[in-house]
Amino acid sequence: MKPIWATIATLLALIGFCGIRYPHFLTAAVFVDLVRDNAILGIAAVGMTFAIQSGGIDLSVGAVVGFTSIVIAKLTSNLHLTGIAAGAIALVLGALFGCLQGWFIARFRLPPFLVTLAGMFLARGAAFVISMESISIEDRPLVWMASQTYFLPFLLLLLFGTAIYFSLCVPAGRYVFAVGGSRESSRLMGVPVARVEVMVYAISGFCSALAGVATTIYTSAGNSTAGTLLELDAIAATVIGGTLLTGGVGSLLGTFFGVMILGVIQTAITFEGTLNSWWSKIVTGILLLVFILIQKGMPEARRSGSVN
Amino acid sequence: MGSWRWACAGLAAILVFNLITNPGFFAIEIKQGFLYGSLVDILNRAAPTMLVAVGMMLVIATGGIDLSVGSIIAITGAIAAVQIQKSAVSWAVIESVALACVLGLWNGALVAFGGIQPIVATLILLVAGRGIAQLVTNGQIVTFTDAGLSSLGSGHFLGLPTSIGLVIGAVILIFLLVRQTALGFMIECGGASPRASRYTGINVRSVQVAVYAISGLCAGLAGLLVVAETRAADANNSGLYIELDAILAVVIGGTFLTGGRFSIIGTVFGSLMIQALSTTVLTRGVSAEWTLVLKAALVLSISVLQSGGLRGENRRRELG
Repeated sequence: MKPIWATIATLLALIGFCGIRYPHFLTAAVFVDLVRDNAILGIAAVGMTFAIQSGGIDLSVGAVVGFTSIVIAKLTSNLHLTGIAAGAIALVLGALFGCLQGWFIARFRLPPFLVTLAGMFLARGAAFVISMESISIEDRPLVWMASQTYFLPFLLLLLFGTAIYFSLCVPAGRYVFAVGGSRESSRLMGVPVARVEVMVYAISGFCSALAGVATTIYTSAGNSTAGTLLELDAIAATVIGGTLLTGGVGSLLGTFFGVMILGVIQTAITFEGTLNSWWSKIVTGILLLVFILIQKGMPEARRSGSVN
Repeated sequence: MGSWRWACAGLAAILVFNLITNPGFFAIEIKQGFLYGSLVDILNRAAPTMLVAVGMMLVIATGGIDLSVGSIIAITGAIAAVQIQKSAVSWAVIESVALACVLGLWNGALVAFGGIQPIVATLILLVAGRGIAQLVTNGQIVTFTDAGLSSLGSGHFLGLPTSIGLVIGAVILIFLLVRQTALGFMIECGGASPRASRYTGINVRSVQVAVYAISGLCAGLAGLLVVAETRAADANNSGLYIELDAILAVVIGGTFLTGGRFSIIGTVFGSLMIQALSTTVLTRGVSAEWTLVLKAALVLSISVLQSGGLRGENRRRELG
């Protein structure tokens, strides 16, 4: 059984459970909020999915969100740039930052988690150096985007659509799976492994920066601590969505459902009222365990699994 | 240059920099029979990280990683702070440290018997752990006034803060355990080649379970130090990102992330170097935010040097 079916079944079961338990759960408004409130996580999870599919991981996601958020706020408030230009600069910075991480990983064959760990320190530190204070956004285009309920859901779905097309129909997207499956075989088959790795982390950096833009719009403020521990939720969503942490296997559609599962848990806890937010962490941990165990049962996982 | 000497040289460089620019850095005063000064401060503040790093080092030597140490610190602190309200110090300490050990065993079992990649197996506790800690403290920051427990963090022993004595003791114990028995050798073998080790009769799984248990235990002790110093258990923030500092200390200390060998002395110097860097940044009046940027530069340069990438050779062993 493909793990994505387990993901879909879990999502449907959760929605069904919530629909029976809370009478007002199955309404359009709840679902629009579900997508809107989880847009930031979803955008970050797209980049994370590419990184994990390539056999790596990107721990710098949350820090890049904080960095982008404070850069946009600073550019619009101090330099009076329009929000569109500030956002574009932030996206380019994010992609370049990802490129640099990818270059270190590909050129020196360093473990991805170590390089992106350093990247996390660097991005968070740079964000703190720029400003420790939260800066509110008064820029007109950004305020307009914040007022549109459907803007963030639209952004999320557009990104997922593009990413799925890229992942399935463009050679470079297929290369990501090849490198994640076997770096050595890919190299021998003529896949430009180093370039693919740089590309993967550039995509992840771009997505993190886009998540930072979304955070700035969503909270109408630039904050250097934004996105703290976001990478953990993004990894959890990716794994629950059926992407193997050893690389080579996975789907963006699964990641989308994974994000929605985390979102439904959060919404259910809000609906319950008496439960506290820490339950979402515990439930996420349990789901992670369950899905990792499901993955262990897959033939792909056995083939590339540990020697034990 | 030998692997652990990088950390030693780095620490020396930071100290020499301070010697030239700010000789007052080395001043040590005696107030009421206790020692005070920047150097004592470095030792004291490095204590929890050093404990966690030594446990982490053993895990890394087996080719694994333990991301859950920060969460274990939060859970231990929460249990200790809650238990101290209704029972004796010794009982609260034993209970919380035993729990930390059990959490380590859980990680070890997932890795050794579940066959799950270490980074994934310990991710589960990293995600769920802070939730569990908040469950224990009921989402509050639990404070306590018990003198016995807080003396662990702020008391003195032979003129030095107690935490330093505790960490030195723990590091010596671990040194004896792994270097005076065959355990260290088995850890290194298991990290270098699990399959070959198994064929030569080493019980790789038991060794793996043991190192994660030791790592959990170290994190638990560090959690006690943190909670004792602040006299409060903060489920959200205590031990946050300590796994990163610990991994950094281990890597700086010359232990390769691919496993197969470790250096206790390197890890000790690595943690001291990180703390010396932070303390130097603070005493120079540079804003503390720069510490993170400096750490990033440090991780990258040390690992590039270790990878031999600058000389064009590729010493990083591929694990089959």
